Amino acid sequence: MTQSVGITAYGAYLPRLRLDRASIAKAHAWAMPGLRGQGEGERSMADWDEDAITMAVEAARDCLQETDRSSITGAYLASTTLPFADRQNVGVVASALNLGRNIKSMDIAGSMRAGTSGLIAALRGAGQGTTLFAAADARKAKPASTNEFQYGHGAAALMLGSEGIVATFLGSNTVTADFVDHFRGAGEDEDYAWEERWVRDEGYMKIVPETVQGLLDETGVAAGDIDHFIMPCTMGRVASGVAKRLGINDEALRDNLAANVGDTGAAHAILMLAHALEDATPGQKILLVQFGQGADALLFETTDALSSLPARKGVAGAIARGKTETEYMKFLSFQDQVSIDFGMRAEVDNKTALSTEYRKKDMVTGFMGGQCSQCGTVQYPRTLYCVNPNCKAHDSQEPISFADVPAAVMSYTADWLSYSPSPPYYYGQVQFENGGRVLMGFTDVDPEDIAVGTSLKMVFRIKDFDKQRGYRRYFWKAAPAA
Amino acid sequence: MARGIKDKVAIIGMGCSSFGERWDCGAEELMVEAFEEALGDAGIDRSQIEAAWFGTAFDKVHVGGSALPMATTLRLSGIPITRVENMCATGTEALRGAAYAVASGAADIAVAMGVEKLKDTGYGGLPAGSKGTLPDLWVPNGSAPGNFAQLATAYSAKHGISSEDVKQAMAHVSWKSHQNGAKNEKAHLQKAVTMDTILGAPMIAEPLGLFDCCGVSDGSACAILTTPEIAKALGKTDIITIKALQLCLSDGVEASFNSWDGSHFATTRVASKKAYEEAGIKNPREEVSMFEVHDCFSITELVTMEDLYISEEGGAVRDILDGFYDADGGVPCQIDGGLKCFGHPIGASGLRMAYEMYLQLQGKAGERQLKDPRIGMTHNLGGAPHNNVAAVAVIGRMD
Repeated sequence: MTQSVGITAYGAYLPRLRLDRASIAKAHAWAMPGLRGQGEGERSMADWDEDAITMAVEAARDCLQETDRSSITGAYLASTTLPFADRQNVGVVASALNLGRNIKSMDIAGSMRAGTSGLIAALRGAGQGTTLFAAADARKAKPASTNEFQYGHGAAALMLGSEGIVATFLGSNTVTADFVDHFRGAGEDEDYAWEERWVRDEGYMKIVPETVQGLLDETGVAAGDIDHFIMPCTMGRVASGVAKRLGINDEALRDNLAANVGDTGAAHAILMLAHALEDATPGQKILLVQFGQGADALLFETTDALSSLPARKGVAGAIARGKTETEYMKFLSFQDQVSIDFGMRAEVDNKTALSTEYRKKDMVTGFMGGQCSQCGTVQYPRTLYCVNPNCKAHDSQEPISFADVPAAVMSYTADWLSYSPSPPYYYGQVQFENGGRVLMGFTDVDPEDIAVGTSLKMVFRIKDFDKQRGYRRYFWKAAPAA
Repeated sequence: MARGIKDKVAIIGMGCSSFGERWDCGAEELMVEAFEEALGDAGIDRSQIEAAWFGTAFDKVHVGGSALPMATTLRLSGIPITRVENMCATGTEALRGAAYAVASGAADIAVAMGVEKLKDTGYGGLPAGSKGTLPDLWVPNGSAPGNFAQLATAYSAKHGISSEDVKQAMAHVSWKSHQNGAKNEKAHLQKAVTMDTILGAPMIAEPLGLFDCCGVSDGSACAILTTPEIAKALGKTDIITIKALQLCLSDGVEASFNSWDGSHFATTRVASKKAYEEAGIKNPREEVSMFEVHDCFSITELVTMEDLYISEEGGAVRDILDGFYDADGGVPCQIDGGLKCFGHPIGASGLRMAYEMYLQLQGKAGERQLKDPRIGMTHNLGGAPHNNVAAVAVIGRMD
């Protein structure tokens, strides 16, 4: 490689809700008492208003921090649960992050390797400019399947480039083999899996060592020199078996986050990579492996710059913000796996005027308001006349982002009448520190956490589903900042 | 300020249908019910009507658009009829149109009609639906109770009055309206309730419980207007005139600027001040005999009594709990049961308020008649606290 490229920043996101696995086991005990053994720990679960796109946005925000958004030259999103089959999903992410128009962009899907294969492709093209690479997944599993216990929902994001590298990309190797351990047919919601013992013996134990060995041979790195070995796998002792076979030290094996997060699908290798970067010290080698119709292996070496990277929430922060959820029916309902009668108010037609949405993309997806150049008043939405009653200047407002402005509750309610997939519907007047004020929906709210004056942060979420047409629209919501 | 229309327009006939779940009636039957009563009261023939204003807000769940439903239903031939809609202030908007037509001389006799057939939606509360293609993209899908409930949290925070005390005063507002509604045979809800029932009711939008919310009703109301001179020529004595009509709309300041504290209606304050000036009222607490205010929610009535300058700022809780707005209090409010008990067929409500004033001023309010009222005021509000239409009318005896 003529020019070093690598990771320049990382970020992570997990939905706040963590489904207590014992609640899953309890719900199925009438038919499957044998599942009781699976009922340990927690798994992350997307709220009704979260999907691969919203989680990718939040992971990217954690990754980008104060980075000048106009410096980003490419954006990629890897997932097997992209909400749109034809409408570029990363385009929504880019709009929400207010990235410029002159960027390369691509969705990567179709396999658990979407995250790692996408990352390899992004790294190979990362010599010029700065690339945002995000991976997110919110897979559904059949009720009472082991996957239901094992899956988690989450996202991770990386910034890639040639300047300010915190982990240099040393190389990658890929083996492609149409080994169908599980599959999800196009248009299907849930996976279908083959016998675990076969997947372990013929799949992981053969394909992964072959892939890693090729990489080690190519880069001239010894297995014993690996400091962090990342291999997502929910089957017990498989990752350690692979490590042993390759000669990788036991201590290098990274925690797969199974205990309290679960397997976040195509995002999981990237999530574990972010987690490793949180723990790594400069000069360490990180080996990343992802199995799926073959395998990808990537090798990184951390640099001194890692220790000067600004603090971020990361995986540890995302894990820490978890709130235990014990309502299994809520989980099913959020995933549309049970149809609750929410009454006629839920029948409202949520057709989106796509032309309106495009015209107001900055305002709605980008959460851009206006600041009057004459009186300085910050306002939302940005309009042609300033809202300040003593100003009312015409065409005077410059765009200003509300996404990262601290805010507080001015007034609010918990509404049991309006339709919400998660009643009651919390909303209220939000007062921003910059002077702006917006009536907003709230999310991630617990009754005891909300009062007049409560500090709020802005999060990107689904606003409404149009189930008649298969569309969904996004907007920002206010969530307690603590 | 303009000279206004004080005493330029007389009300010579009014009608109001029974409000409620009128399963056997469509908007057409409701309109005719009010119209027949008004025509009989005025003692005129429909051919004498020269212009009409038709108020309805949720046309999509009953009659559909335009003023044609009024023209065809009431067989009003060859006259201009205008459909108006200004959310829940629609009824007063119809009254304004007709009053200004008479005051200007454009019509000698004009009619204001408001109607709403709401009980064909299949569920309780106001119809849910699109707020417009752009608002749908970002405005929360909240309900009326959810928006108005926020007044309570902001009011408590601003005045340092505990939420329990505010809740108690809110309950008294509804208790009083139920007491009054029990004496009104046209009211949707005619049963008195106890404070315990009100305070123990299920939550709708915190802190508003079921009894803090008005019902949704079918109904219509109608007013026939002319000049005082023509009224006298028609043989009318005891003439009731309009003293003031004012309307104020939010200009976005409450919603998007940071000067509003969420605890009151900026629009009502402006509209009522102008109305007092137009009507020549210096001290409303002393001079206005009675009010019909827009009690869509108990908290709305509570803060409105301050915005109308009857209670001091922060003083409504005390006045309410002292019984000042009860039927036997200093300034009775919602004598007919208000939106809370008479009901709230949106387009009709502003006119229904005027109807009670009209009956009271003529001494025709039966069991709930107040002693010698001289001036009545209606307050009719559309929208939400942060973005609304406030309409007020002052109606009084001509002498």
